[in-house]
Amino acid sequence: MSGLEALYQELILDHAKNKRGFGLAEPGTHSATVHQRNPICGDEITLRVDVEGDRVASVTWEGAGCSISQASASMLIALLREDGGDDGMPRADVEALIAEFRESLRSRGKIPLDEETFADAAALSGVSKYTARVKCAMLAWVALEEGLRQA
Amino acid sequence: MTLPFDVAAVRADFPLLETEIDGHPLVYLDSGATSQKPRAVLDAERDFLEHTNSAVHRGAHTLAAEATELFEDARVTVAGFVGAAPEQLVWTSGATAGLNLVAGSLGYAGRLREGDEIVVTEAEHHANLIPWQELAARTGARLRHIPVHDDGTLDMNAAAETIGERTRVVAFPHVSNVLGILNPIAELVALARAAGALTVLDACQSAPHLALNLPETGVDLAVFSGHKVYGPYGIGGLWGRDEVLDALPPFTTGGSMITTVTLERAEYLPAPQRFEAGTQPVSQAVGLAAAVRWLGEHDAAEVHAHETALEKRMREGLRSIAGIRLLGDTDAAERVALQAFAVEGVHAHDVGQFLDSRGVAVRVGHHCAQPLHRRFGLTASVRASAAIHTTEAEVDTFLDAVSGVRGFFGVGA
Repeated sequence: MSGLEALYQELILDHAKNKRGFGLAEPGTHSATVHQRNPICGDEITLRVDVEGDRVASVTWEGAGCSISQASASMLIALLREDGGDDGMPRADVEALIAEFRESLRSRGKIPLDEETFADAAALSGVSKYTARVKCAMLAWVALEEGLRQA
Repeated sequence: MTLPFDVAAVRADFPLLETEIDGHPLVYLDSGATSQKPRAVLDAERDFLEHTNSAVHRGAHTLAAEATELFEDARVTVAGFVGAAPEQLVWTSGATAGLNLVAGSLGYAGRLREGDEIVVTEAEHHANLIPWQELAARTGARLRHIPVHDDGTLDMNAAAETIGERTRVVAFPHVSNVLGILNPIAELVALARAAGALTVLDACQSAPHLALNLPETGVDLAVFSGHKVYGPYGIGGLWGRDEVLDALPPFTTGGSMITTVTLERAEYLPAPQRFEAGTQPVSQAVGLAAAVRWLGEHDAAEVHAHETALEKRMREGLRSIAGIRLLGDTDAAERVALQAFAVEGVHAHDVGQFLDSRGVAVRVGHHCAQPLHRRFGLTASVRASAAIHTTEAEVDTFLDAVSGVRGFFGVGA
């Protein structure tokens, strides 16, 4: 697989086209809406997170940008839904996921994303070698981190 | 001495052009962002630092005198490059610093007040927009703009309506860094003069491509950046008419720009030194002089013909590819070899990444021109910009790569 094909895997292009969790849900009682922007390329995301007790009940988003940023947002939401089930993932687990994701993406290809933990989002491992694109992949995750801080 | 134009010989002067990207020969089409530097520039800077480096305009030792001479010779050379007298050329760290100097100095001088107007274009680089926003905000002046048509040309009817008796400053690019189209300087100057307004020209994107004679353009002030004309970083020029520079107070103050200083006050040197406070970018000035001398060794008409052919090949080639939208799509205007475009269904960043995998280096993003992108309904575009060393084969490699983009990303047929 060439560098480019490793970066733009089928799965990434699919998530970029069929975005999971796209469209903001009505805000709940403990909800935060955050806006993040990458000033270099103009990518932007608005993400809404609902927290119920110590669980992340719902995450939805809207935005525009490159396929990496869009796929990454979609994969994040797919992962939260898959692992969280009906009640949502514990907040501490989500925060740990974000930290682990960031560490991998900043590792310049040294720490791949674990498929068990990250599901589809593990396909973003290839981004880590393209330092100029790390911010694209981080956009939604940073937005969620900020949302959890506010919610 | 003028050499017959030979692109292979030109390329041999640029060590960086031998670079390979992931096994592909580099196709550098990002000269609009920063140009590559010929060996003559690298040698001139190194030579200065190895043999002459010393503080200029002070000290009585041999090297200080030699360095001062080289520094001021560089001013003569670079002023000549834009058709100007050396005392009309102020060294700056680049075009952004030059524009901030002009806007800041006008503010210090109290030349604008509430009710006055500053006019820019919709196609401004942020460097020729934000300093005017700041000046307007601080003085109560109103910032207005001349819109561009769908084809990227300036709406001159709107210009005539916008520039009027309240206008104090008209600032515009010679060539937009996104559209590549030459603006009608003479008409804009005529409108500004009739209104009694000062004209400020951003010549960053024309200086590398066109033989400039700034005094003949009729503008009052103009800026350009060294690193875009094959010269070093951290050096640029602000040119101004004698009476215009004389009427501007210093913006940055400190050492080297004074005659007499007491604890209470200071008296200033005439232009250009009045605007050159502090230690100057001396080796960069020497390098920039080497750059324009190097450029001057080539026949300007032949270089222009070469770049014009590249521009046409690029524009017509892009037009023939499905799903490409050109920014500034017109055959009617004069242009430089720079073309921005959007690929339908594929984000500019992804296009850039794909081209990079073929060794093709282009700029992606808003190119410091967000308002213009917004006007075209875009947040980002791809920009290819050629230079004296670009070959037709490189343009073809670029076009071939662009034609593969939509297929790779599974968009369109």
